Amino acid sequence: MAALWTLSPLLSACLFWPTCLALTPGAEPLQPQNLPLSLGFNSSDGSPSLDLPMALRVFSVDYHHVQAPFEIVLWIMLASLAKLGFHWSGRVPAVVPESCLLIMVGLLVGGVIYGVRHSAPPTLSAEAFFLFLLPPIVLDAGYFLPGRLFFENLGTILWYAVLGTLWNVLGIGLSLYGVCLLAHSSLGDVSLLHCLLFGSLIAAVDPVAVLSVFQEMHVNEQLHILVFGESLLNDAVTVVLYKLFESFLRLPSVSGVDVFLGGCRVLVVGLGGLFVGLFFGLLAALTSRFTSRAQVIAPLFVFLYSYLSYLTSEMLHLSGIMAIVTCAVTMKQYVEANVSERSNTSIQYFLKMWSSVSETLIFIFLGVSTIQDVHMWSWPFVCSTLLLCLVWRASGVLLLTAVVNKLRRNTVTFRDQFIIAYGGMRGAICFSLVFLIDDFPKKRLFITTTIVVILFTVFVQGMTIKPLVELLDVKRKKRGLHTVSEEIHSRLIDHLLAGIEDVVGYWGQHYWKDKFEQFNKKYLRRFLIRDDHQAHSSILRVYQELERREQRGDEEAPPVVDPRSNSRPLLPEEMESIRRILSRNLQHFNNMQRPAYSRHTLHQDATMDRVRKPLHRHQSLGERYTYKAQGEDGEFKSSRRGRAGLSRSHTVCSMSPRPVLQDASVPAASAPARGQVDPNSEASIEEQISPQQQEAPLERSARKQLSFVLESEKQP
Amino acid sequence: MGSSSSRMDHIPNAEQLMQETGFSAAHILRLYARFEFLDKDERGELRPEDFGALRGLAMNPIGDRIIGAFFSRGKETVDFPSFVRVLANFRPTETNTIRDGGQSFSRTRKLKFAFKLYDQDRDGKISREELLQVLRSMLEQQVTEEQLQSIAERAIQEADLDQDDAISFEEFKKSLERVNIDEKMSSHFLR
Repeated sequence: MAALWTLSPLLSACLFWPTCLALTPGAEPLQPQNLPLSLGFNSSDGSPSLDLPMALRVFSVDYHHVQAPFEIVLWIMLASLAKLGFHWSGRVPAVVPESCLLIMVGLLVGGVIYGVRHSAPPTLSAEAFFLFLLPPIVLDAGYFLPGRLFFENLGTILWYAVLGTLWNVLGIGLSLYGVCLLAHSSLGDVSLLHCLLFGSLIAAVDPVAVLSVFQEMHVNEQLHILVFGESLLNDAVTVVLYKLFESFLRLPSVSGVDVFLGGCRVLVVGLGGLFVGLFFGLLAALTSRFTSRAQVIAPLFVFLYSYLSYLTSEMLHLSGIMAIVTCAVTMKQYVEANVSERSNTSIQYFLKMWSSVSETLIFIFLGVSTIQDVHMWSWPFVCSTLLLCLVWRASGVLLLTAVVNKLRRNTVTFRDQFIIAYGGMRGAICFSLVFLIDDFPKKRLFITTTIVVILFTVFVQGMTIKPLVELLDVKRKKRGLHTVSEEIHSRLIDHLLAGIEDVVGYWGQHYWKDKFEQFNKKYLRRFLIRDDHQAHSSILRVYQELERREQRGDEEAPPVVDPRSNSRPLLPEEMESIRRILSRNLQHFNNMQRPAYSRHTLHQDATMDRVRKPLHRHQSLGERYTYKAQGEDGEFKSSRRGRAGLSRSHTVCSMSPRPVLQDASVPAASAPARGQVDPNSEASIEEQISPQQQEAPLERSARKQLSFVLESEKQP
Repeated sequence: MGSSSSRMDHIPNAEQLMQETGFSAAHILRLYARFEFLDKDERGELRPEDFGALRGLAMNPIGDRIIGAFFSRGKETVDFPSFVRVLANFRPTETNTIRDGGQSFSRTRKLKFAFKLYDQDRDGKISREELLQVLRSMLEQQVTEEQLQSIAERAIQEADLDQDDAISFEEFKKSLERVNIDEKMSSHFLR
């Protein structure tokens, strides 16, 4: 109930502002007017105030001065408050995906604006969408892409993306043309090319919509990466086909050569985007190598280079999405190794934040833009489009999977196929593309149809996909409760597998991957990663691991277990704590169980969220390192001897909580590995171990000593 | 990469190994390359220190047990055929071309391997002490001794059907019947 009470003021706030917006005269993009200050223009009641000539105004309102940024901020604020309200609104998130709710808010806002102003509310301009709203989302997706899974499934993803999109485009386009021929009376002036053009923009699966819905469903990672990867990579095909058909429309006639050239263009666009992304990614990695002296702006380079790659490829009419994804994937490992911990956190948080805002804005604007002045409706066209989208996608997925299953090890089951087909949602990309079509008589019809398709896929498919998944019992991540034996043995087996895979070697299955890894280690890493981070990175990781352990040790308040009664059945809380211990302990150095991409949180936060013990000694440590618990490079050298050589130049007491973080760079004279790790935590670890730790060649004794230290530190 | 047939000649008993384990020629080659990579002083056999050089394995809580599993009883070194045979345990079962009695057999093999990790003294049972040792190395400092004891107690309670305070192989197998061992214990690298 409390949620509802908080929701209503939020909603009313949300509605108040659009009213403000609605009442501002002419919300077109800014016409900066230089009004003399003496003219106060009070906008909220719509009537100009009296202007006292030549008198000094004590209080004045000059809205036009700030109009453009003010409105932008208001929109963003609206979007964010709606999102907040959504998460606080009790049971609703379970049933309705966020995108639906945002569109509904957008509809509401659009309705209000329309009602007050009696003219169409501002629509999502294609430029704003493609240049400002789309890049953050794609960048975020690319940066957090589960690399190994993606590359393992790359063949299948490409197969779906390229061939599937082609199949859909041609299928929908041609069938729609057939429908137009049949309904000649009303749709006679829609030519074949128009239909193909429409098909090309409506067939593409939209990454934004897919992400936002799959986010809330937990399907197995392979399925997730297939749909998501496909939605990213089909951009190349979509862009090319769209531009192709558009240029065909302008040509007097189309010949076979043109079609062939079009095919070549697909390759050029895709590969071109790839190379642009690679180029900028490597450049970003190289730049990050030198950021040690100006750590604060290191995150900026990540964003600048990615955006630059996007803009460059858009300028060259290549696939911007591919460029930005490639850029993110390329630079990620080098940047993470080069920049400081906090810069890494900043990068990740900013990415999440911006992509969240973008996505919210997109959906709200979709809702707002639905309220239009002129809609053209045609029952046969709209209904057949909807039907054909579903039919062609389903058939495409079925056919393609039948072929690709022969070549894959993990077959894509029928249930997975259903989810792939049903999860193919359309979103804002289609919407923007349809606005960019040159004007022709039936353009309004296309716009209306696109809106209907988008709303249908987002609402109907988005809301029903979860129950359908449950119904079909898609292989999801296991949530069931295991017995303690199962937990223990499963953990053992997981560790065992990790060990065996270490023995066998990474990416051992493909020649090219092996080659790439060698190349990477030999040349790229040496060139692109800071010197001091390479040699001593293992020691660094040892420190990180020690900090993590300490932090976890602090978080874990031992439950009261009566040592005498050994044979009584365990209480549920104890079972729960045991389960938590067991599950949290699993250290997957090879990243085997990395959770799928998560929009709302840095994924480790989601799991660590529940454990927020109010009292913990190293508060500052705990919060900062929750996200690093599953560090990608959590490998360790067996020799910990290096530690003894590091100086103990800190006198920070390790027992007291540290509210102030020492930002000054650590005296790096004899501790080259310090660069990444926060000085505070290091100091504490060092303080503890250096007194106890002499040259400890054997791990065993090292670990035992450490455990002794941490144990003793735990007892108050 | 050179013609595979000439490389295969370097490998002793390659044909037989392929037959026995079901690995393809390409895999045998790759494993041999890996074997040579691990075998730093080129003796033609691996010693525990060679395994210990692997970072991930060194930090693995049960790393030393895994390494120990490669060495058969009493032997100090691992030669290439033994290396391959141990790894063959982790092949995904659907592509298993070993002539055996179907899936249950390879599941048993995998379980036996896991069992051996617990049962270091090879008496065919996992005693409470052995279980505690494994738990200790997996959980390290995160739990107190009492918690460890109760976890071990609980595990034995659940699995021990004949009340002898130890887990035999059959009981071990039974306790894991709900778990998809074939999938969990196969590495797709070894497809």
